[in-house]
Amino acid sequence: MANKVYPDAQSALEGFTFDGMSVMSGGFGLCGIPENLIIALRDSGVKGITVISNNAGVDGWGLGLLLETKQIKKMVSSYVGENKEFARQYLSGELELEFNPQGTLAERCRAGGAGIAGFYTKTGVGTLVAEGKETKVFNGETFVLETGLVADLSIVKAWKGDKEGNLIFRKTARNFNPMMATAGKKCVAEVEILVETGELDGDAIHTPGIYVDRIVQGTFEKRIEQRTVTKRENAYPV
Amino acid sequence: MPWSRDQLAQRAAKELRDGFYVNLGIGIPTLVANYIPDGMEVTLQSENGMLGMGPFPHDEDVDADLINAGKQTITALKKTSYFSSSDSFAMIRGGHIDLSILGAMEVNDRGDLANWMVPGKMVKGMGGAMDLVAGVKRVVVVMEHTSKDGASKLLKKCTLPVTGINVVDLVITDLGVFEIDKHGSQPMKLIELAGGVTLDEITAKTEATFVNALR
Repeated sequence: MANKVYPDAQSALEGFTFDGMSVMSGGFGLCGIPENLIIALRDSGVKGITVISNNAGVDGWGLGLLLETKQIKKMVSSYVGENKEFARQYLSGELELEFNPQGTLAERCRAGGAGIAGFYTKTGVGTLVAEGKETKVFNGETFVLETGLVADLSIVKAWKGDKEGNLIFRKTARNFNPMMATAGKKCVAEVEILVETGELDGDAIHTPGIYVDRIVQGTFEKRIEQRTVTKRENAYPV
Repeated sequence: MPWSRDQLAQRAAKELRDGFYVNLGIGIPTLVANYIPDGMEVTLQSENGMLGMGPFPHDEDVDADLINAGKQTITALKKTSYFSSSDSFAMIRGGHIDLSILGAMEVNDRGDLANWMVPGKMVKGMGGAMDLVAGVKRVVVVMEHTSKDGASKLLKKCTLPVTGINVVDLVITDLGVFEIDKHGSQPMKLIELAGGVTLDEITAKTEATFVNALR
């Protein structure tokens, strides 16, 4: 019987990495990032990676680790604000960068995984993002053609998973992980809790195991970027 | 006296309606949540995948898996639901969100908005801003009327790369409120002045053309 369960992140990436590859990495900020697989990707020594990820981590954590070692050739992201090393490499021309609007990036991943080559969206019409792209008018409104994205490998993080590769995410740590799981030619998932097949409620599964080639249980730091707290009731972010 | 940050948020809160689903941008727009009128039900959407955003947590309730789009720790409410980024932007792009309140660097009298990049400076990215302005039913901008060097931020033509064209419905600045007929041909209308601000002052500080429609 096929076994998807690997003992650690390093072995889970074995045979899936090569220089010049593209990698989708789930997460929003540092929330729901595949911490262990990012470290394993760094330790694999693979170079010239194109990383598709909403953000680029922070200095010293998440994808910031792969920037430190200069393993990333290009980033496809919507927002890269919190990373000094990123800014340095970008401004010196060492790192390529392609900005996608966040919703367009999410939909490109969803489309890629669903076998859809392209789609028309109204996001970005009339902006730099639409330059050089085909546009089309539907019902009097202009839309721009965006393409589906597929990566050589996707690395995702879920809360619970079973040995079949079925995944359940938790709260806002879901974000880009489900679409990216579908859009990698290979997908490796890391989970906080790995259970026997049959222990998850089939109705509650967010990502069916068909998308997941390998699964590994990890321990997580779950760093927080902006720890905002209140002492009074009903205080909204300021 | 021009409006303060909190007064701007208070004024923007007047755009809320009972039952609205609302996305608030970072900065002054976030403060609007503090001025939701009592008895009015407004559901806040956070584009990283949450509908029904609650206030900041108490220290012991901080959860690394529960953040808003500004990456701040927050809390859930009874009505909260979570979803993926593609579902979140389907909601946004598909016109299911009633109102987006966001900041801006420049707006023109046709509702074009620039708020994501300054050429020559390190660009952080547009995040979800382009999707929000393209998809949300009504877009309200809250900003300072002029830049630090005194230049008008309400222009005939945006000088910075735009986030969207014909997207802004209402501009609330520290000097007054302007209505924009973004899909039509009506001129931009000045509909309110901040307390103590005169028509002469706001006219002198506004590069864009507008008509006086003060009520």
